[in-house]
Amino acid sequence: MSFINYASREINCKIVYYGPGLCGKTTNLQFIYSKTNPELKGKMISLATETERTLFFDFLPLALGQIRGFKTRFHLYTVPGQVFYDASRKLILKGVDGVVFVADSQVERMEANVESLDNLRINLREQGYELEKIPYVVQFNKRDLPNAAPLDEMRKMLNPGGVLEFEACATSGEGVFETLKAVAKLVLTDLKKMAGN
Amino acid sequence: MPIVDTQLVLYDDDYRRVLAVCERLARDAHAKSVFVVDKNGQLLAEAGDIRGLDTTSLASLTAGSVAATGGLAKLIGEDEFPIHFHQGQRDNLHMTLVARRIILSVIFDERSSLGLVRLRVKKATAELARLFEEIQKKSERARSGGGSPFAEITDDDIDKLFSE
Repeated sequence: MSFINYASREINCKIVYYGPGLCGKTTNLQFIYSKTNPELKGKMISLATETERTLFFDFLPLALGQIRGFKTRFHLYTVPGQVFYDASRKLILKGVDGVVFVADSQVERMEANVESLDNLRINLREQGYELEKIPYVVQFNKRDLPNAAPLDEMRKMLNPGGVLEFEACATSGEGVFETLKAVAKLVLTDLKKMAGN
Repeated sequence: MPIVDTQLVLYDDDYRRVLAVCERLARDAHAKSVFVVDKNGQLLAEAGDIRGLDTTSLASLTAGSVAATGGLAKLIGEDEFPIHFHQGQRDNLHMTLVARRIILSVIFDERSSLGLVRLRVKKATAELARLFEEIQKKSERARSGGGSPFAEITDDDIDKLFSE
């Protein structure tokens, strides 16, 4: 959950990138890290295996600017996508403020996408969250690949609720910042809504 | 179903009280540095010598480590492992769970000892538990009473943040 620090005039929020193995969650963070002004970012941490598969999480702290005298900081996390790391995924979702679901557009990864989305829903529910009620966007990654599934089909399977969605190619960076901005904005809007209640 | 954590709001005076506990602990335990970290990985307070330390990463990894060990605890039928100790060649790391929400982390070297750190941490833990109980209540009141800075924020403010 977000943390408001009056002493340092900071608001900290946590965003988690979720999705099946090798869908490009870490690549999203790496691109953000490579293109962000050094003053606005902290060190990127990757807890990965020797073959560079995410073992526990990637972490990237990012400053977005000020709102009414409060510095807004976002902590971006990825989960390990491989199916057998489910216990770790649950831990990383704790205290989440916003979620990006990164889908792999390749036709042969559709089943893995659906399975991962179901897993997200189940793991959120265990923490007391409903996917429909939290700030949430979908990214269709790897749109540049020749075996990418038609967008309509992906939408039907992975975004039937019609939340904000973005086409992306995380290796070139296309759609990466658009996705991040959209989810960050939803998180802030949600905090505002909560404060107004 | 578990209860979703509430947003944590730390006001100036509470921050100073938390910091005072950390500073006293750093002094009394002859520690190099002391950190208070939210279980979700947010750094709440730091004291002692933090030169050259990446405190944001430290907070995130502390939370990750405690979360992973907590997961292990559950697997073997324990509720939590409230105390963690890592021994290094020069520096050691002692982590304690406070009030199930906060992690008190102490870095110390040969100028101190595990026994002394444990003793001083015990006292600090009790003080922090009391403080965070109050902070938690205030956070809940802030959330329900419109005391959040976000109550004042307009959609325009948010839009401005994203317009380059």
